[in-house]
Amino acid sequence: MLIIPCPNCGPRSVEEYRFGGEFPTVPDSVTDPDQRNVDYVWFYDNVDGPTRERWFHDAGCRRWLTLHRDTATDTVLDID
Amino acid sequence: MNEFVETLLDLQWHEPRSTYDVVIIGAGGHGLSTAYHLATRHGITNVAVVEANYIGSGNSGRNTTIIRSNYGIPESIRFYQHSVDLYNGLEDETGCKIMHDAKGLMWMTHTENGMRAERSRALLNQACGVDTVMITPEEAKKLCPQLDLSGGGRYPVIGGSYHPGGATARHDRVVWAYAQGAMRRGVHVLQNTLVTGLLRDGDRVTGVMTPNGPISAGMVMSAVGGRVTTIAEFAGVRLPVRTHPLQAFVTNGYAQGFGPIFSSTELLTYVSQTARGQMLMGAEFESQPTHSTQSSFEMMRSVSAKVAYMLPFVRELRILRQWTGICDVSADFSPIMGPTGVDGFCITTGWGTWGFKGIPAGGEQMARYIATGRMPELIAPFALSRFAADHAMADQGSTGTR
Repeated sequence: MLIIPCPNCGPRSVEEYRFGGEFPTVPDSVTDPDQRNVDYVWFYDNVDGPTRERWFHDAGCRRWLTLHRDTATDTVLDID
Repeated sequence: MNEFVETLLDLQWHEPRSTYDVVIIGAGGHGLSTAYHLATRHGITNVAVVEANYIGSGNSGRNTTIIRSNYGIPESIRFYQHSVDLYNGLEDETGCKIMHDAKGLMWMTHTENGMRAERSRALLNQACGVDTVMITPEEAKKLCPQLDLSGGGRYPVIGGSYHPGGATARHDRVVWAYAQGAMRRGVHVLQNTLVTGLLRDGDRVTGVMTPNGPISAGMVMSAVGGRVTTIAEFAGVRLPVRTHPLQAFVTNGYAQGFGPIFSSTELLTYVSQTARGQMLMGAEFESQPTHSTQSSFEMMRSVSAKVAYMLPFVRELRILRQWTGICDVSADFSPIMGPTGVDGFCITTGWGTWGFKGIPAGGEQMARYIATGRMPELIAPFALSRFAADHAMADQGSTGTR
C-alpha cells in the first residue's frame, strides 16, 4: 500500500488522501488550437513510470501536495 | 459431468504467417470475440490475435464476471442489453459450457439520493425495454434472506433496484469459447508474442512489430487491457484513458447458498457466489492511476468490513485469494470503440470495470466495423471522436465505481 510522507503530518496511509490528478500536459505535436483544448480537457498521458501529480491531504493537514510517484510500482519517489 | 473439470477444448495452434488481413492485439475476451465474429459473421479468417502472455491472462481472467444491462444512458442500455442477449445464447451458439447463471442483481441503497438515482435508472431502463424494478426492503429480504436490513445499525437499507437479467458466467470459459470458435475457423492465436511497436507507412499503420519479426496487416485493432496507452502511443494516438487497479477476493465455500448478485450503491461493494460456492467480493477501483497489479491489505480490510455490515454471515468465512487487475478507465466511464483517426488502426478500450459484460456485443460490433468500414449504429455513439465533439457518454453512476 502507498504511504505518502506528508511534509506537515508525517507518513500517512493513502486512505487519508484524495488523488487530485496529474499535471495536464499537451504534447507539442498537437498544434491545432482546438485539438489542444480537447487534449487538455479530456486526454491523459497515463504514464507507466515516474509522474508528478497533486494530492490533497483530506484527513490530515488539508493542504495540497505535489507528489512524484512511480505508477509502475505505486511508490513515492519524492514530495515537493 | 463434474463442472469443475475443464471441458475438453479444441484449440488449434498455427505457425504464424508474415501477413494477415487483420491483426488484433490482445487475446482477451474482446480480442477473441472480435476474431470469432469476423470469422463467423463475415467470413474473414485470415486473422491473427497477438497476445503478450496466454489467452485470457489479463483482465478477462481477473474480473468479477457480472453480466447486466441496468445502465443510465440509453446508448449504453441498448448496447449492454444486446450483450446480455448474446450471452444468453452463447452456449448454444458455440457449443461450449460457459456456466451462465441468470441469478438477478440487486442494488440496495441507504439514502434518499441513492433512491432517486435508482428510480431514475429503473425508469430509463424500462423505457428502453430493460427489466429493472424498484424493490422495498421487505422484497429485498425475500430475494436475499441473509441481508441485514439494518445494515449493522449503520447502513439501513431503504430500498433499491432489482435487475432480473443480471447474471454471472465463468470468465475463462467465455474466453475459451470464443478462442475455440475462432481457431476452428482458421484464426491464428499467437501467445507469448509481445507487440513492441507498430509498422507505419506514412500516416498509415500497416502491421505490428514483435520479437519474432514484423507481421503486416490490412487492419490492426488494439483490444489491449491495461497497456493501451503504450500501444496507442506507437500510432501517435492520444487517449482519454487512465489505468487504475481494481481488486477483488474470494472466501472459502459458503454451503448455505447465496442467490442473487448483491451490491450497495453507497458502500460501492458487490458480492456474488461463484459456482464453487465461494463468496466473491469487490469494490471500486483505486483513485490513483497505477500500472501495478499489487494487491493491498487495506482494500481487503475495507471491503470485508463493508460487506459484513450488509451480510453478517461473511464474518464466519475466511479469505482465500485476492487479486488485482488494471483497468483502462475512460474519462466519461463509457467504452471507446472504433476508428482512431489513424488509417489501419482501430481500437476497443476504455472498458474500465465493465468490460466482461460487453465482450459478446463489443466483439460483434467491432467485427462489423472492421468488415464493412462503417461504424454500426449500436456503437457509433462510443467512437473516440465523441470527446472532440464534447458528446461525452457520462455514466459513472452505473458503473458501480466511485
